[in-house]
Amino acid sequence: MSLASGPVIPNFGKGSACVRGDHTFCWDWVRDHWNDTLSPALVQHIELTVIAVGIGFALAFALALLAHSYRLLEQPFGIVSALLYTIPSIALFQLLVPFTGITWTTVEIALVAYTLVILYPNITAGLRSTSPEVLEAARGMGLTRQQVLWRVELPLAVPAIIAGLRIAVVSTISIGTIAAFLLPKGLGYPIFVALGNPTPFKTEIYSAGALAIGLALVCDALLVLLRRLLVPWARLRFA
Amino acid sequence: MSSQESRAAAELRFDRVTKHYAGRETAALSELSLEIPAGTFCVLVGPSGGGKTTALKMVNRLIPFDSGDITIDGRSVRDLPLVALRRGIGYVIQQVGLFPHMTIGENVATVPRLLGWPKRRIRERTAELLELVGLEAADARRYPAQLSGGQRQRVGLARALAADPPLLLMDEPFGALDPITRTRLQDELRRLHHEVRKTVIFVTHDVDEAIKMGDRIAILREGGVLAQYDTPDAILAHPADEFVAQFIGEDRALRRLALRTLGDVELDPVDGSTDVPRAPRSTTLRNAVSLMVGAGSDRIVALDDGGTPVGTLRLSRIEELL
Repeated sequence: MSLASGPVIPNFGKGSACVRGDHTFCWDWVRDHWNDTLSPALVQHIELTVIAVGIGFALAFALALLAHSYRLLEQPFGIVSALLYTIPSIALFQLLVPFTGITWTTVEIALVAYTLVILYPNITAGLRSTSPEVLEAARGMGLTRQQVLWRVELPLAVPAIIAGLRIAVVSTISIGTIAAFLLPKGLGYPIFVALGNPTPFKTEIYSAGALAIGLALVCDALLVLLRRLLVPWARLRFA
Repeated sequence: MSSQESRAAAELRFDRVTKHYAGRETAALSELSLEIPAGTFCVLVGPSGGGKTTALKMVNRLIPFDSGDITIDGRSVRDLPLVALRRGIGYVIQQVGLFPHMTIGENVATVPRLLGWPKRRIRERTAELLELVGLEAADARRYPAQLSGGQRQRVGLARALAADPPLLLMDEPFGALDPITRTRLQDELRRLHHEVRKTVIFVTHDVDEAIKMGDRIAILREGGVLAQYDTPDAILAHPADEFVAQFIGEDRALRRLALRTLGDVELDPVDGSTDVPRAPRSTTLRNAVSLMVGAGSDRIVALDDGGTPVGTLRLSRIEELL
């Protein structure tokens, strides 16, 4: 990498005056290092997030359906997920290292754990949100339990599920930067490297940070859009 | 499906149906026996604790009963598969319970879709029903949140009628509506019942509504005991006991008069007197009496649709009509 540093005078390679002087923000550095640093980090970060949220959602969804069908499970599941959430992310990474090593798996397990504990309560709350009279009408008309779940309760839980996904995605993108403490991957890594210089290189920190923020905003906007598509009925009111 | 359509109405029978809720001393329903002939509009009325909603929900087995039996066209509801039983019975509740995430059209199509009707037939049936309950075809694409309370209950009724069930259960369907909307929906339901002649079980706590709507009224008292089961006229004329007399009110003579119009009774010939109140034949006897008393007259002249006098009713004859 071009970021190797000397002991006293930081050497930012053959960069411009802006880069050598470590000015607030150097567009030319971003241009020069988009392909070898920023773009790969962004792609890794997206991968990290998609896998974590994907697996976390699948698990949370399955557990929520289970708890919804067997009410006895609801409380134990809730307690475990709440406890899991209290573990600081760096500590969780360290706790997992003895088992899964310094690997991508370790990072994903930790991130999945966080999305799971965010999504699980949202999905269960969403499933419980169907009003009693709607449930009674559904049963009275002869919908089976499964039909009530898939045709009534789940569609009505979509707003709560998407609200949960928005939090899960944004916090995974944010917590994902900490993964760089473990592995040279994701948008956290350029920041980690820049901080490793005797004088932290500002442009690299800002550009990687801005990409993380931008990624979070874009994902959030996409989820808002998804909600508008899936939940046309919630925006309309009797006039 | 065609076999279901041919059954226009079902006969419903309660045979000594009893229900105790756990932890309650009095029974919710005590040996209730009722015969409801096919096509009858039967109202269950009574104070709270009378078990009328409990009785209603036992028919589609939302509430199980302890002993006795309920039969539809001679078949016990316990012998029918639960889901098939419910799909064959229209169900309307006070809070309507429309599915908020489905359009009006999709809501109405719920049971036909469960029964696997072809799409085209569902579409036609939905349009037909929306018209029947006084909504517009364009409303099919709207969502429940976009409708008023009265419109929603119309949709609830259309949804219950969708698969043309021979039996309709209605649990205080108009209880949450404002008086004007309620009166209008009551009138339309009466008209609708005249057209489709389903067997209807209608629960209310409102005596006026019971008298207005019912072909027959079952009055239930505390503990789920049947106090009286008869036509509105018979109940008003001969309340079975003190409880019924009190429940239907001291103005029961006037209520009875409200059940008949000038056109329903034999009139005396028009005698040519001039300063007498006049009213169309469709005027209820109760309102006719009110007009006579108000005008200080001892008679009233009935008019036909064209405004021509067709007969006279004397105040002195009211008593013999009761």
